[in-house]
Amino acid sequence: MSVLLRNVKPYGEDPTDVLVVGDAIAQIGAALPADGADTVIEGNGAVLLPGLVDLHTHLREPGREDAETVESGSLAAALGGYTAVFAMPNTDPAADTAGVVEQIWRLGHESGLVDVQPIGAVTVARAGVQLAELGAMSDSAAQVRVFSDDGSCVSDPVLMRRALEYVKAFGGVIAQHAEEPRLTEGAQMNEGAVSARLGLAGWPAAAEEAIIARDALLTGHVGSRLHVCHVSTAGSVEILRWAKGKGWNVTAEVTPHHLLLTDDLAEGYDPVFKVNPPLRTAADVDALRAGLADGTIDCVATDHAPHAMEDKETEWGAASPGMLGLQTALSVVIETMVRPGLLDWHGVADRMSVAPARIGALAGHGREIAVGEPANLVLVDPDARWTVSAGELASKSRNTPFAGRSLPGRVIATLLRGRPTVLDGARVPVGAGTAGVGT
Amino acid sequence: MSRHLLSAADLDRDAAVEVLDTAELLDRSLTGREIKKLPTLRGRTVVNLFYEDSTRTRTSFELAAKRLSADVVNFSAKGSSVSKGESLKDTALTLEAMGADAVVIRHSYSGAATRLATWVRGSVINAGDGTHEHPTQALLDAFTMRRRLRGGEGDLTGLRVAIVGDVLHSRVARSNVLLLTTLGAEVTLVAPPTLVPVGVEQWPATVCYHLDQVLPDADVVMMLRVQHERMSASYFPSAREYARRYGLDQRRMNMLRPHSIVMHPGPMNRGMEIAAEVADHPKRSTIVEQVTNGVSVRMAVLYLLLGGSDE
Repeated sequence: MSVLLRNVKPYGEDPTDVLVVGDAIAQIGAALPADGADTVIEGNGAVLLPGLVDLHTHLREPGREDAETVESGSLAAALGGYTAVFAMPNTDPAADTAGVVEQIWRLGHESGLVDVQPIGAVTVARAGVQLAELGAMSDSAAQVRVFSDDGSCVSDPVLMRRALEYVKAFGGVIAQHAEEPRLTEGAQMNEGAVSARLGLAGWPAAAEEAIIARDALLTGHVGSRLHVCHVSTAGSVEILRWAKGKGWNVTAEVTPHHLLLTDDLAEGYDPVFKVNPPLRTAADVDALRAGLADGTIDCVATDHAPHAMEDKETEWGAASPGMLGLQTALSVVIETMVRPGLLDWHGVADRMSVAPARIGALAGHGREIAVGEPANLVLVDPDARWTVSAGELASKSRNTPFAGRSLPGRVIATLLRGRPTVLDGARVPVGAGTAGVGT
Repeated sequence: MSRHLLSAADLDRDAAVEVLDTAELLDRSLTGREIKKLPTLRGRTVVNLFYEDSTRTRTSFELAAKRLSADVVNFSAKGSSVSKGESLKDTALTLEAMGADAVVIRHSYSGAATRLATWVRGSVINAGDGTHEHPTQALLDAFTMRRRLRGGEGDLTGLRVAIVGDVLHSRVARSNVLLLTTLGAEVTLVAPPTLVPVGVEQWPATVCYHLDQVLPDADVVMMLRVQHERMSASYFPSAREYARRYGLDQRRMNMLRPHSIVMHPGPMNRGMEIAAEVADHPKRSTIVEQVTNGVSVRMAVLYLLLGGSDE
């Protein structure tokens, strides 16, 4: 099988043609002959990037298949330009054993739209009491390297220390949901002027920053690897900058919604804007953008969090926190980072593909666009604008905070190991037996 | 007045004065009547949708609606809408289908009234949502102040009001800060720093941590209810210490100027935020009056939202 990508701009640079044969890039050069290629994709000068990698996705399977499945989430990912997603373990049951992570990994393989790499829970049932069998998950077919209790913080400092130490044996990383639980009891939104006015219990920035500082210190002390999920405050960026300056192995992600949206959106009490950590202030947004631009924040991760309608069409306080993100992430990054000149296309490739693949130790993804490399690619028209409509997204849920917004950037094609999963912005039916196993 | 009353911020100065004037008018037209009823809202349906127990507020709204000849339905839905029974949205659609012209909602979640207003065609009146607002309480408080200190006319320009207590969790405080400043009053919030919200700097009010400092200048002292549970969450060390530092007792009452009044939205914790002899003071305390005025003000709100132009 071969695919010719004609007139595309790798990393937004000079236009060229890219020939993919089998699962790898075979040739790059001007005016490659089209004859013999099974599929020809006309790029018309669109930007070619390595396939995007999401370190933070909630696929809801097993347990809440009404909100999302591995299949529907994978499709949303492919349509958003992703070739790999890391699935968070807060399923029901939690992904805290080799059996559950293998199940999720297998479901991902069967849908074949993106590589689904399970994240294992740090503690049994994500309860924060006892370490889960991290080694067994690491040794399983899913080869888990990232562990997280996301949705809950590993708040016990001793348990966190042990987890950081333990995963050193197999090159693992602890992805921390940084939220001091006592400081955020009942918290509903960012604590500040807006929460004071709306009478919603505040989620202070210090509750995130205190945990990041603590965990950075522990990471330095035991010589392990820490990844900080969904960084949301200016203070967190400062602490990360300090920790990195110490030479400690600390990485961090920011979500697209924290790069664009602010806490005043809570004004109408519409829970589509309720998320954890909460939307912050414009000053935080600026600091997060700057941190992502200078590399203090290593990558963009969606925290794609589908929720059934009945969990969002409620009072703010009763609603589940979380937002859809897979199909809008690249567009939001173009809007917030590329257009203002904070990140060039090499930067986008790094923050949305290379860095997350490296942090998650995912082979075959986040690779350079070069001859001989795996053909995990996304082709995007950065100038095409589209208006987000919740009903038209591939997710089984509707909770996008961007509904009605016009955003730049349309995914034209996504290739997973040489096979188009998305063409002309639409799903390509999976031919039997064409999907290879990634890892 | 717009279609709903969700926040005291929905009222500009003229709209607020109109409510107070209307309340005076309705009050006077009922005074001395043998049958305390006006035919204004005959055939209209007002639903009291109370997710929290509040005999006081519910009864006040019920009386107000009945005195205007509206049909009143009490829909008590105790407990969280999610944990028990149907969702707020489904309840809203049910009330809508039954033809409710106005829904008076009391709910433990901030913003519940705002959400409800997106699902029903009728008017929504916020009768207290979580720790957000309670606009009719602020209106009856303003009405009481205006009667006592401004001859029942105009606005409250220059009036100095101290609101004392658990500002952080108080919907009464939020609505009063907005409404009283709209009417020209100067508001000072008095509380221990733990019970003042982060972000209060943006409110149109000043903050003082010492009650004794504000009393000599205050025309009105409004005491807020302080729940004993706050103590176990370390907002203050003990009920005794709270009462010593922020309670209004006889000694502090004597610091007030002769004309100054003492208010409380009820229910009171006697001996905690207010001493019995202050609460019962025949000249200064307006606490019973506030209850009476509450009915008049709620009549005015219902009248302005439902009556008027549609008739």
